[in-house]
Amino acid sequence: MFYREAGDFKTSYREDNQTFPIRFDRMGFYVALAVAYVVIPLVIDDYWANAVFVPFLIYAIAAIGLNILVGYAGQVSLGTGGFMAVGAYAVYKLMTAFPDVPIFIHVLLAGGITAAVGVLFGLPSLRIKGFYLAVATLAAQFFLVWLFNKVPWFYNYSASGQITAPDRSMFGVFVTGAQTSATAKYMFCLILLTLVALVARNLTRGTIGRKWMAIRDMDIAAEIIGVNPLTTKITAFAVSSFFIGIAGALFFSVYLGAAEVGEAFGINKSFLILFMVIIGGLGSIFGSFAGAAFLVLLPVLLKNVLVGGLGWPTDLAAHIELMIVGGLIIVFLIAEPHGLAQLWRVAKEKLRLWPFPH
Amino acid sequence: MKKTFAALVAAAITATALPASADLVVPNLSYRTGPFAAGGIPYADGFNDYFTLLNERDGGIGGEKVVVPECETAYNTEKGVECYESTKGMGALAYNPLSTGITYQLIPKMAADGITLYTPGYGRTSAANGKVFEWVFNYPANYWDGASVAVKYLLDQSGGSLEGKKISLLYHNSAYGKEPIRTLEELAKKHGFKLTTLPIDSPGQEQKSQWLQVRRDKPDYVLFWGWGVMNQVAIQEAANIKFPMDHFIGIWWSGSENDVKPAGAGANGYKALTMHGVGTDYPIYADLKKYVYDPGKASGPAEAEGSVIYSRGMYAAVVIAEAIRKAQELAGHANVNAAEVRNGFEALEITDARMAELGLPNFGQPFAATCADHGGPGGAMIQQWDAAAGKWTLVTDFIAPDKDVLDPLIAADSEAYAKEAGLTERCK
Repeated sequence: MFYREAGDFKTSYREDNQTFPIRFDRMGFYVALAVAYVVIPLVIDDYWANAVFVPFLIYAIAAIGLNILVGYAGQVSLGTGGFMAVGAYAVYKLMTAFPDVPIFIHVLLAGGITAAVGVLFGLPSLRIKGFYLAVATLAAQFFLVWLFNKVPWFYNYSASGQITAPDRSMFGVFVTGAQTSATAKYMFCLILLTLVALVARNLTRGTIGRKWMAIRDMDIAAEIIGVNPLTTKITAFAVSSFFIGIAGALFFSVYLGAAEVGEAFGINKSFLILFMVIIGGLGSIFGSFAGAAFLVLLPVLLKNVLVGGLGWPTDLAAHIELMIVGGLIIVFLIAEPHGLAQLWRVAKEKLRLWPFPH
Repeated sequence: MKKTFAALVAAAITATALPASADLVVPNLSYRTGPFAAGGIPYADGFNDYFTLLNERDGGIGGEKVVVPECETAYNTEKGVECYESTKGMGALAYNPLSTGITYQLIPKMAADGITLYTPGYGRTSAANGKVFEWVFNYPANYWDGASVAVKYLLDQSGGSLEGKKISLLYHNSAYGKEPIRTLEELAKKHGFKLTTLPIDSPGQEQKSQWLQVRRDKPDYVLFWGWGVMNQVAIQEAANIKFPMDHFIGIWWSGSENDVKPAGAGANGYKALTMHGVGTDYPIYADLKKYVYDPGKASGPAEAEGSVIYSRGMYAAVVIAEAIRKAQELAGHANVNAAEVRNGFEALEITDARMAELGLPNFGQPFAATCADHGGPGGAMIQQWDAAAGKWTLVTDFIAPDKDVLDPLIAADSEAYAKEAGLTERCK
């Protein structure tokens, strides 16, 4: 009824190609942005920031990064945890070496360093594909974790091998360290997520994104029509690692405040983010958000319902929670193998015809 | 999809809004799931049972009931942060997360929030320096004390000199396992032994290559910093390569019944440190039986009662309860807040007489905290596993650590932290 293109006239190519061609969607997007930027910062407290919003925003950045590599360029990667560790250690070294430079610059630089490392580990993708590439990136995961454990320079020779984020501020407001307010943490991550999502959306619908998708769909055909596999695959690794590096830097400096590489950036993290991408939907920016929301919020929600609401013992609740999340993943993948993004697409199609589906 | 989900979350959280209460709140960040649950479960049960006893027998502390909300961390730092944030709003007075990783996360956060972090026998060792770490307490003993006590015991075993001996440290590759390395390196210099470090990645179910290295190096002694499932695997592997078990010494977290029983007779003679007594022979167990176990209010199964880790959980609860009592005495009212409880921790003195009054005579060593000293005396005993009898026997009395080596290390590490965090020293 109200959800349709009819009557919303586009008079330029620019308007025709916009991300949200339907007015209702567009309004929804601006409302969501307004809520995220204006309403939530006013009401957020420490619990909501640290348990819900900040991890969701950071995982969404990581999921967008991985989605570019796996979903758009078709290069399977199990090295996400290792690349996040590169971002975290890079930002730590930068923060401690140049305390006067704004943290925002450090986070971007950490992303850049991760991009360089990602390119290095992406080189084998020119020779190997599919499962074999997955194994090569798995090697990156284990190598990077081992490296950050082994070389004391990375953790500034601290006795325990932990890295701890010092206090850093932007415009007089603490962004990292213990004195950071919930609002500051949330806003810092939100701004970066917005930037990342905008860049990702525009990359994926332009030339670069089309090249990635061409390589994904059939690399030989793509090569024949003039897509250079070297630059295409390498840019996919670079952009993806850049975003994942930013996520790793934020994860350590803003969210955790102290980290230990084996625990915070282990193989489990790689799998978690890969699951987010698969459940959310491969090759979809919205899917990255949906996947991150599903896997970050659902456990917290279940815990609050089972322990807080029903008063179950914590161990029983923790086990049931694993079973429910696991079960839901299976159900979702059977019911909709293309992820939450596809469900959303189908819902929108139905909504267009509603209330007269014939 | 996303919107309905967010609405669900919001509905659930409002439905389970945390109750505001005037009681004394001591959250129990426990882990009853995951690879470290073997240690986490008895510890949490011992911790809960002692506060249940206080509530049932004495009506709480100074007439105020103690509430112990439990939150599952699975020994995972992210979940630990979530648990801390979700419980601190209830008016939490002190935290005891039983994880060195979570401790590192919480040290700066809790200093900013003004809540005490109590980490007996784990956590950041240099927090013993109260001049820098105002909100952290780790008496009666810490990892560096443990390392020093183990080396002192080995000195004693090998006739006063470790010159030319080889000692291997087998450790959990995390902040926890890396803690003793710096101290052991210093001690190696002082006593002239050769130290090799062998990391084992978490959770530690796979240790074949490390034990192969032990076989090749043939160290005179192996020191062991393990936790959870890793302990059982290590003791089994040591038995498999026929390493002399009495030359294999674990830290206090690697010396519980759960760790040695799976290896059966092979574990006989394994040694571990301990900083408190073990078993149900203390008078307090009569009260626990009467007020907690028999009425069915026990937090865990009966087999765990009096076990090593259960006793340690109870010990932590005893110290926290005594600190709250001290705080009530200092503040002059029973309903103390987090800042007053910190003062209680800092003024706490546990004497042998007080431990006897509590029904735990000779259970732990006496200690007295000061503004500068948050670390206590640091003594530990050596216990040895008797597989035939199925119990631990103490082979030494409390051994005092080598403070000449430890104090400069603690000062250096805490100064580095103070510089990084921009803190100035207190207690002038």
